[in-house]
Amino acid sequence: MWTSILIAIAVLLALAVIFGGLLGFAAERFRVEGNPLVDQIDALLPQTQCGQCGYPGCRPYAESIALGGAINKCPPGGEATIKALADLLDVDPEPLDAEHGVEQARRVAVIREDECIGCTKCIQACPVDAILGAAKHMHTVIESECTGCDLCVEPCPVDCIDMVTIEPDIRSWTWNPPAPHIIATDRQEAHA
Amino acid sequence: MTKLWDFHGGIHPPENKQQSTSRPIRNAGIPELLVLPLQQHIGQPAETCVTVGDRVLKGQRIADVRDGLGVPVHAPTSGTVESIARLPVPHPSGMDDWCITLRPDGKDEWIDRQPITDYRQQDRQNILAVIRNAGIAGLGGAGFPTDIKLRPPKDRKVSTLILNGAECEPYITADDMTMRERATEILDGLKVMAWILRPERCVIAIEDNKPEALAAMQTAAAGTQTEVVAIPTKYPSGGEKQLVQILTGLEVPHGGIPADIGVMCQNVGTAVAVGRAIFRGEPLISRVVTITGEAVTGPGNFDTLLGTPVDYLLTAAGLQPDRLDRLVLGGPMMGYTLPSPDVPVVKTSNCIIAASVSELPAPPPEQPCIRCGMCADACPMELLPQQLLWHSRAGEFEKAEHLNLFDCIECGACSYVCPSSIPLVQYYRFAKGEIRIQRAEQLKSDRARERFEARQARLEREQEEKEARRKERARAAAEAQAQARKKAEAVETPAQAGEADADRAAKAALVQQALARKKAKAAQDSVAPVEPAGPARPAAEAPDIEALEKQLEQARGKLDTMQSMLDDARAAGADNVEKLERAVAKNHDRVQRAGQALEEARKALQAAD
Amino acid sequence: MAEYLLILVSTILVNNFVLVQFLGLCPFMGVSGKLETAMGMSLATTFVLTLASVCSYLAYTYLLAPLGLAFLKTITFILVIAVVVQFTEMVVRKTSPLLYRVLGIFLPLITTNCAVLGVALLNLNKNNNFVESVLYGFGAAAGFSLVLVLFAAMRERIAVADVPVAFRGAAIGMMTAGLMSLAFLGFTGLVTV
Repeated sequence: MWTSILIAIAVLLALAVIFGGLLGFAAERFRVEGNPLVDQIDALLPQTQCGQCGYPGCRPYAESIALGGAINKCPPGGEATIKALADLLDVDPEPLDAEHGVEQARRVAVIREDECIGCTKCIQACPVDAILGAAKHMHTVIESECTGCDLCVEPCPVDCIDMVTIEPDIRSWTWNPPAPHIIATDRQEAHA
Repeated sequence: MTKLWDFHGGIHPPENKQQSTSRPIRNAGIPELLVLPLQQHIGQPAETCVTVGDRVLKGQRIADVRDGLGVPVHAPTSGTVESIARLPVPHPSGMDDWCITLRPDGKDEWIDRQPITDYRQQDRQNILAVIRNAGIAGLGGAGFPTDIKLRPPKDRKVSTLILNGAECEPYITADDMTMRERATEILDGLKVMAWILRPERCVIAIEDNKPEALAAMQTAAAGTQTEVVAIPTKYPSGGEKQLVQILTGLEVPHGGIPADIGVMCQNVGTAVAVGRAIFRGEPLISRVVTITGEAVTGPGNFDTLLGTPVDYLLTAAGLQPDRLDRLVLGGPMMGYTLPSPDVPVVKTSNCIIAASVSELPAPPPEQPCIRCGMCADACPMELLPQQLLWHSRAGEFEKAEHLNLFDCIECGACSYVCPSSIPLVQYYRFAKGEIRIQRAEQLKSDRARERFEARQARLEREQEEKEARRKERARAAAEAQAQARKKAEAVETPAQAGEADADRAAKAALVQQALARKKAKAAQDSVAPVEPAGPARPAAEAPDIEALEKQLEQARGKLDTMQSMLDDARAAGADNVEKLERAVAKNHDRVQRAGQALEEARKALQAAD
Repeated sequence: MAEYLLILVSTILVNNFVLVQFLGLCPFMGVSGKLETAMGMSLATTFVLTLASVCSYLAYTYLLAPLGLAFLKTITFILVIAVVVQFTEMVVRKTSPLLYRVLGIFLPLITTNCAVLGVALLNLNKNNNFVESVLYGFGAAAGFSLVLVLFAAMRERIAVADVPVAFRGAAIGMMTAGLMSLAFLGFTGLVTV
């Protein structure tokens, strides 16, 4: 009886050792460097590098999401980005975390040139180098490159930067979804 | 008999064309004010080349597209440019856009027209340039610049040229009447286009509900190689892709144009415009517009100057305002409701329906989809409208795109047959718009990421360069120090000879001590592994010329500053003049001392050599 | 030859592991939200099932049975399955980090998937030889994959359909699964194995 128990234990141990060795070898063979998932997540973020999510840029936030972080911290991306991230990661989309900001219409920065003193503080602040200028020369925002992150507003010592909402233009106009009509049965229920 | 094929699906809505074909084309005349939008075509908006107050002649170019796709705009009659402003334009959004308003002077004076007598003697590119400069865009509804269309890619040969006289949409009869009354002009334009493209086959396709037009075109085309073909009446056989399929049996590939399979379609109205541009030297300044609907007493077709306000035309057609419920620009299938009749007629306006309440009633409420599949039966592009609806509604735009949403021609056949009255085309238009917005935003964010990463790289590079330079300087300093130290050991003996010399040497040594201390501190701060020079190294320390020079410079600088401050104070009569005088004196001494030390150091070094 | 075909038909259709024998319902319900995820999961499960079936058979026939340790079969099979799943996890992580992230906890949960242990044990009950074991495992996995993919496709459509509020989510999923099960009952008697 004892022998059979011992044999049983021995067999199990042997199996465990063999399998453990196999797994160890496999772990080395299939080692993953870096995290390519981060690239896929980063591709979905709006790249304003504004820091409203609490991370110093879009890539650090992407890295946090890859490690399991919340996906609802990006106000410039808004609902569309949350939905896309939810689709990618197969999680449920959550509403935007109000703690980090609210979704607004796209804005661009505009410098009031009369007041600009040419201090270059805003140029240093802009994460995408969208401000053209040099020390003691006029500064101006390149509108097509501005992402509306408003990181330049704070550093300006004379407070000459406005965030202007982009007005809808006839060329950028798109159709609205059809208004949901109340179907006949709903109308009946409403009256009932 | 020409062989004909058929396309999948299609519907047969009531035609309602007989109301507007009972009268010949009438001339609408010249309204009081003409409003010419700067964008009446696909591409970039045109830029004005006139200013307010200019007098222009009929056919004069008043706006042109300088870089990008587009065609110029011409003055439809002579008059004065009254304003250049944002005004309501015919667009589904109801928004404003830049327009030139022209006040006609009634003289209707033409520019100096230059017809081309024999176009065949000209270079093809010249003829295409003439067509472009005549402002001709597709009059069938899309408004694509005709000269670009007539210039297919070099590796595509157009073997079949089709003139689209199908006019499949109900109510619209503009092309019908044009074919009845201006058949020869159509063929003139066709001649030019055929000469440009040199196709093997020219076909004019006309739906069989237009017997008079067929007869007129057959008469005009008699004796030529052009075929005039009657095609079965079905909506939307006038769609470019559908017409190509009917006449050739070939399908235009997904994401492609008919030129990819060697076919080209042009509208008959465009052909007339091309003919006029070449043979009469007239730019595109008018078009035939159908005014119809129960709310007008005299429906029919009007030869309208571009820029004519819609309400002018409605009046000409005998509008009864109390009967008017809805104003539609275009046909009942693909047109859109105009919020007001204040918009002008543009190159792509083919029809205006002044509908009464009973004629185009409000759509019934949307009911749930019962998955009957009638929409898929009706779709001429063989898409899956039901699936597209589910995906568009749920916002699953990727899936909708995968199901070829962008192949939808928005003909409205699916919405027409839907028993639940679901506005399918509206969902697809919304989905297409969202996808376009997403694509644009993706491009923008990719670009922002590129710029951000480039900026990070630049900052890192600058940082590294700074570090490298600092290391260089520290290393060079250490080297110079080591060298000079070696030389000082040889200098030591002669410097100690003589008392007077000794005094000076002592002073020099003190200065050097201080300098060495400073350098030691600096060496400690830098990363380079420079051995900090010990502070207690009196005479052995060699004089560092550079440092001494710098000291002298600094001292001089300070002296200058003090001096200037003193002068200012003196001029202003301030009370600190005395203080400043003392400061100046001190600085003067400092300068002298620094100068002396430098002299000594130089002499010592010379003595060592 | 015919027997092998019979085994396959039996495991895939007639005695489908999910819809007829009701094994492996956890991933069936949990991973069928999206079609891509479901396909990834079914690939992973196929790999695990076939390999586990083979390894269990070998472990039993050449180790446990000769040593008279048949009573250790449950724990040994679990050990084998756990190792195979770990290995699969590593492979998935390497080849598709997205799939790895998306499958999440369900990948290691294949270890506790009763279908996998079920295949291993049922092989013994049926006294299958080596080839039959392999086919049995593969067929079970194929059946699982078929049903998982079908269910996922349906669930995607149901997710955007006009489902009455009371039925949305798990309720309509369960009802759909039940209806599918009823449908698969139609295969009864197709083959007798």
